[in-house]
Amino acid sequence: MTEAPKRKRLWLSTVMVVMLLGAACGQEAGDTPGGGTTATDEGDTIKVGLLHSLSGTMAISEVTVRDAELLAIEQINAKGGVLGKQIEPIEEDGASDWPTFAEKAQKLISVDNVAAVFGGWTSASRKAMLPVFEKNKALLWYPVQYEGLEQSPYIFYTGATTNQQIVPGLDYLKSQGKKKIFLVGSDYVFPRTANKEIKAYAEANDMQIVGEEYIPLGNQEVATLVNKVVAAQPDAIFNTLNGDTNTAFFKEYKTKGIAPETVPIVSVSVAEEEVRAIGPEFLAGHLVAWNYYQTTDTPENTAFVAAFKDKYGDDKVTSDPMEAGYVAVNLWAAAVEKAGTTEVEAVKEAAAGIEFDAPEGKVTIDGPTQHIYKTARIGLIGADGLITQISGSEGPIAPDPYLKSYDWAEGLS
Amino acid sequence: MDAFLGQVFTGLSVGSVLILIALGLTFTFGQMGVINMAHGEFIMAGAYTAYMLQDLMGGGVSLLVALPVAFFIAGAMGLLLELVLIRRLYGRPLDTLLVTWGVSLMLQQLARDIFGAPNVQVRAPGWLGGSLHVAGASFSISRIFIMGLVVVCVVGIWLFLTKLPQGARMRAVMQNRQLASCSGLKTHSIDRLTFFIGSGLAGIAGVALTLLGSTGPTLGTNYIVDAFLVVVVGGLGQLKGAVIAAIGLGLLNSFVEYGTSASLAKVVVFVAIVGFLQVRPQGLFVLKSRGLA
Repeated sequence: MTEAPKRKRLWLSTVMVVMLLGAACGQEAGDTPGGGTTATDEGDTIKVGLLHSLSGTMAISEVTVRDAELLAIEQINAKGGVLGKQIEPIEEDGASDWPTFAEKAQKLISVDNVAAVFGGWTSASRKAMLPVFEKNKALLWYPVQYEGLEQSPYIFYTGATTNQQIVPGLDYLKSQGKKKIFLVGSDYVFPRTANKEIKAYAEANDMQIVGEEYIPLGNQEVATLVNKVVAAQPDAIFNTLNGDTNTAFFKEYKTKGIAPETVPIVSVSVAEEEVRAIGPEFLAGHLVAWNYYQTTDTPENTAFVAAFKDKYGDDKVTSDPMEAGYVAVNLWAAAVEKAGTTEVEAVKEAAAGIEFDAPEGKVTIDGPTQHIYKTARIGLIGADGLITQISGSEGPIAPDPYLKSYDWAEGLS
Repeated sequence: MDAFLGQVFTGLSVGSVLILIALGLTFTFGQMGVINMAHGEFIMAGAYTAYMLQDLMGGGVSLLVALPVAFFIAGAMGLLLELVLIRRLYGRPLDTLLVTWGVSLMLQQLARDIFGAPNVQVRAPGWLGGSLHVAGASFSISRIFIMGLVVVCVVGIWLFLTKLPQGARMRAVMQNRQLASCSGLKTHSIDRLTFFIGSGLAGIAGVALTLLGSTGPTLGTNYIVDAFLVVVVGGLGQLKGAVIAAIGLGLLNSFVEYGTSASLAKVVVFVAIVGFLQVRPQGLFVLKSRGLA
């Protein structure tokens, strides 16, 4: 007889525990809205989506871009927001998985009704999201340098296209008398397309490609790759590796004892954040090509770096894609203000010609291509992990995603 | 010649890491019929142990301290997994596969919550930094160190299995569980010991991997498939088989990759394994027994 009540009590307590847990979880979810804004009513805010890989092999790079975008949103909100409304960021994790990016983009557009999405890093993720944005006629602001040969009417590209980064990088190598180039890259669309362009450039400029190797994204076993590079005896290495493979690659290259002054590695996907993560001792002396460095000397950059460190900690660094993400949010806000609405077609129309004093200097949206004018900068990685500019273009370069102004690029697109 | 030497070295290096990972798997798979997909996360646990000790003690000696500590931490995690879940699933290999796969995902997320999603770096001590130059080829010291470590581990396991009574019991259970049980062996406590050692070795492998690349929540998943290939090719529960298969696969991979590309090398290795298993489905080495099964 005593058995039954006991069991009942056990059952009851189980139910209560479950209910308590449920309540606790609910509480927690309720306490953390979108991304820290205090606005409550739907009508008072303008929602934007932030879609980056917060996990997986690309998280090393993308988390910081998200941070920079949040900073821009916070600053705009502090100044009264856009159209008198606060911006409410909604974050999603692309998880370094391209179909997930498409899925989450659709969710942001149709469930959250965001006015615009800021997101992506790898070109593979952008290519996955592109049809989603075109189908829904929604706006994506893509903040990372990429391989060009693309111009979606529903994407604004605030990172460099080829003629603002890779071509200046090659011009620099040429000016240094580097003739034999080895190409290493991750095995996906950006490195393969970029290398196609580099090969066309090399052919027209009397340079020789002595090797071309691809490693699957996330792969960290690079000993054979580095052996091949060393055996080919190049004058310089052009590196389009992305994510964590860079760590293994630079570590392995260092053990070969080749001085960066003799055979430099020119990277286009390694910025301050990656240098810090990989360890400056493996990278010092190697080169990068970007449009912005933490050391870039403008008053806007001083303010940007200070604000970023203030929000995220003194040990944080700022990098080109972060700056491009920060610029993207600001340009979008300016376009919305000018259009007087968040409606996509109106914003697109208003965006043409909008200028912004960015940390990298003045940037301007080019209406027809929806890319922006950017200054090219070649940088040298220092032992302290910071990058100093050693060469650069005179003023912002007009974006030319299809490389129409270059004879050698004929037939690429 | 120097390119050839370099590739032999690379193959041995890749193979030696696989040995450490596959040894644990081959015992648990061979002895208990457990397909442990969470084995990769014990590697990750080992790597993060090295990372945490580096934070606590600074570089230099922390790596050497990390080796035994990672062995015990990963071993303890394996023990816990055995006690909580796997014990209830003996004789149901497919269920263990699904359950441990779930555990693996949970552990990855846990690591993400604790250490953050971006990968972390373990700074190797200075004396592991450089490389030896012999006959025109260069051999990185950290890879030599890993090979030495693997030799020590393999010899240790071999001595354990052949010289110590606990090792003899382990082999007995592996060869014939029922008979061992009838002879009075507590097979369950032996299973736990096996799981502890197997998982601990994965922890050591994790520490070794921090020397080569970065450490992230998905570190282990990159190696788990290769490790299972080694187990299948080497034969279940076979120390000798695992060592030979791991080195063979490492060498095959490094040479094919040198001649072709990284992606194609994977394909060739898979095709080679499928072909091999057509000829020897039971793997390189088989337990000889007079049992009817």
